[in-house]
Amino acid sequence: MTVPVLEVKGLNRAFGALPVTRNVDLALEKGARRALIGPNGAGKTTLVNLITGALKPSSGRVLLDGEDITALSQAERARRGLARTFQINTLFRGLTVLENICMTIGERDGECNNLWRAAGAKRSVIDEALDYLDALRLTDDALKLVRELPYGRQRLVEIAVALAQRPRVLLLDEPAAGVPSSETHLILDVVASLDPDIAILIIEHDMEVVFRFARQITVLVAGAVFTEGTPEEIMANADVRAVYLGEAIPGGGRHD
Amino acid sequence: MDASETQAVLSARSAARARAADYLARRHRFRWPECLPWLLAIAAFFLLPDRMTFGAQVLIMVMFALSLDLILGYAGIVTLGHAAFFGVGAYTVGLLIARLGYTEPISSLCAAAMVAALIGFGTGWFLLRYRGLTLLMLTLATAIMLQETGNLRSDISGGYDGLPGLTIAPLFGIFQYDLYGHVNYLYVLGVLGLIFFFVRRIVYSPFGQALTGIRENVRRMHAIGSPVHRRLVTVYTIAAAIAGVAGALFTQTNAYVTLAVFDFDVSAKVMVMLILGGTGRLYGAFAGAVVYMVLEDYFSKMSPTFWQFGIGLLLVLTVLFAPRGILGLIEGASGRAARRAGP
Amino acid sequence: MPHIVSIAVSILFDGLAYAMFLFITSVGLSVTMGLMNFVNLAHGAFAMAGGYIVVTLTRSSGVDFVPALIIAAVTVGAASVPFERYLYRRLYKATDLEQVLLTIGLAFMAIAVFTYFYGPIPKSVPLPRWLQGDVNLGFRAFPSYRAFLIVLGAALIAVLWYAFERTNIGAKIRAAVDNRRMAESVGINVDRLFTLTFALGSALAALGGGLAIQLFGLTPSFAVIYLVLFLIVVAVGGLGSLKGTLLAALILGVFDTAGKYLLADAGGFFIYAVTVLVLLVKPAGFYGRE
Repeated sequence: MTVPVLEVKGLNRAFGALPVTRNVDLALEKGARRALIGPNGAGKTTLVNLITGALKPSSGRVLLDGEDITALSQAERARRGLARTFQINTLFRGLTVLENICMTIGERDGECNNLWRAAGAKRSVIDEALDYLDALRLTDDALKLVRELPYGRQRLVEIAVALAQRPRVLLLDEPAAGVPSSETHLILDVVASLDPDIAILIIEHDMEVVFRFARQITVLVAGAVFTEGTPEEIMANADVRAVYLGEAIPGGGRHD
Repeated sequence: MDASETQAVLSARSAARARAADYLARRHRFRWPECLPWLLAIAAFFLLPDRMTFGAQVLIMVMFALSLDLILGYAGIVTLGHAAFFGVGAYTVGLLIARLGYTEPISSLCAAAMVAALIGFGTGWFLLRYRGLTLLMLTLATAIMLQETGNLRSDISGGYDGLPGLTIAPLFGIFQYDLYGHVNYLYVLGVLGLIFFFVRRIVYSPFGQALTGIRENVRRMHAIGSPVHRRLVTVYTIAAAIAGVAGALFTQTNAYVTLAVFDFDVSAKVMVMLILGGTGRLYGAFAGAVVYMVLEDYFSKMSPTFWQFGIGLLLVLTVLFAPRGILGLIEGASGRAARRAGP
Repeated sequence: MPHIVSIAVSILFDGLAYAMFLFITSVGLSVTMGLMNFVNLAHGAFAMAGGYIVVTLTRSSGVDFVPALIIAAVTVGAASVPFERYLYRRLYKATDLEQVLLTIGLAFMAIAVFTYFYGPIPKSVPLPRWLQGDVNLGFRAFPSYRAFLIVLGAALIAVLWYAFERTNIGAKIRAAVDNRRMAESVGINVDRLFTLTFALGSALAALGGGLAIQLFGLTPSFAVIYLVLFLIVVAVGGLGSLKGTLLAALILGVFDTAGKYLLADAGGFFIYAVTVLVLLVKPAGFYGRE
């Protein structure tokens, strides 16, 4: 029995009197491909924020490689290999795409503690950054400012930044949100071809994507885990269809 | 896709890679236009020999604005109390001379830098967790509390009358300060050159890049594992030390110091200079301080009221029409065009 | 013993009067900052303008003090609307820094303009007979003017509390301070609401400026000197909170007065120490969000 890379135990969080996360248990094995689905307001992004440390839980624990990281800050968790993308692009908009990636590598390797050496002097950092951009077909945009890119390309930069952290666990919060449907396949192809060793949790509304990508699915309803299982099991689950799939599939599209 | 096509795609991609890598690898290199402000400063020494006392004050404000640029322009922290560190530096030197009779200039500068850095570190460690209005109020309160502390112990600080008649020993034991401020000017210019070299290294270092990241998007910095608070405290301490040196030079060149160095006006003035010149671009401090000081010198002699109105109007116009300052205006069109054509 | 009691009573009384001035002048700033998150450093300039209108009306036009206060408040409130509409509105989404710079710029311009017309010498205001001298409350006599301030402040608090908590508009303001997007989505016109509260806040600032003349004298630099105090009251009380502004005004008013009575030298130090302590423990102030 191997220890899961990421484990969440009995996580609770309330905003004022309103509980948004209720007693959530979740585990990701190495190389996991798990989707987190649920109706709007189910607390999916809140759960990601709790796992990454952007929010503090009222109770419960988060473990990375069996080690309790609940008390660690967001940055410390990130340095241990826990990366995320944001539902709404959260990038250095006034910097070039290449600088966005180099900065991430710099913080990952502790380069940014250096006050004296020039930032562009380490060729290895630039080369590694360009490799990530190559892989996501962003090389031609390397010297453009992020804010000059169309939103869909910016979504790719989000993923490139997360990859540059060399994560062991990657939390993707609706990677294709806000992207015109003609371009979503680009992003989903990228997601499908990610390193098989990385454990991935993806929040996604598009059921087609979920069933193509995920090997496990967790259904979150009103902040609590409603059920979990393989895509086949979830598809066959009448309760899930009633609370969630029934409302989501007809439109075929996403909310937001 | 046949072989030659694949070849073409690959070579196009490697060319794009090379261009991108080149851009980053060259960015920090020295560019010839950077000589310009220094050449002007040296030219001023020969062309305006009777304005050297004023010239030294301008250079001191350049240094002060440069220190603010590190925290405001690069890290994006808005402070209303940067005069705190200028004042601490000024009083370190003042007290060394007036109370301990210690007059050696260079070691006094170092002492001022250290004391200011210490206070910057202490207050920064507490304050830099906060943002927005809270941070504005806390930085403002820091400067006022230091001023009130000085006021409380006016037996030591000299109170609002300050410490007059402070003379320093000859520079390196040789160069006596003269009435026309020639030695003063070169002395301040030398210190500014040294500090500028240091600041320029920091700005182009990976640490400097991280500061820009904090300014651009602090949430993302947390998410990629940046120890944001530590970075901010570090740069705040460095900026405090530099502001302390500027304050120390102020005392040394004026031969007096009063508690007015802690005034809100001083914090506001240095911010106006920096904004006027342009934030986050190193030479903004030069352009802003020179333009501000020269205008002030000219107009405030004519009418202080008129000058105050002009400063206010200038601020409003800058925010509305030239948020990136004088240098931003100059760079504006040409810079954008160049970068478009480049890659 | 009676001496200590007498000093304590004086501190409380003067502190209370001072707190009422702080509350009246700051409350508009707090609500507008809470609504739009806009750092308005020109608020003190509106107060200063109100003060000078009172000076002119009473000195040159022979208007009585109280009607002059009302005219000043209405005038400044109305005059503030174009500022909000054409200048402030452009920067609601801008950074703190840009807001700070624009409004400091406006404050500087205002100071210069009023210095040009009124000069830098402190102005005073002729008070009606019933506000001069002392009023005897049986066990002790108190300065009439400060008693008037306390009564006026209490009345305004009652009115504002009623408007804020019991009227439709008040409910809308509270909703918008609490969650702007939510308020907009249920059909509240936050922009118009803001113009209204901004005008009201500026009118109250002008009233405060008029009331301050007798306490501190009036110079153009009032716009900046007392601004720091208003900002402290807002920051300590918590943005957009009526209760918080009142509590902060009371604490700072009484502490500052006590500091000046008991430790004349430490004077200013006290109020800033209290501010720093409160903000370190509660960064969003007493009743601020987060």
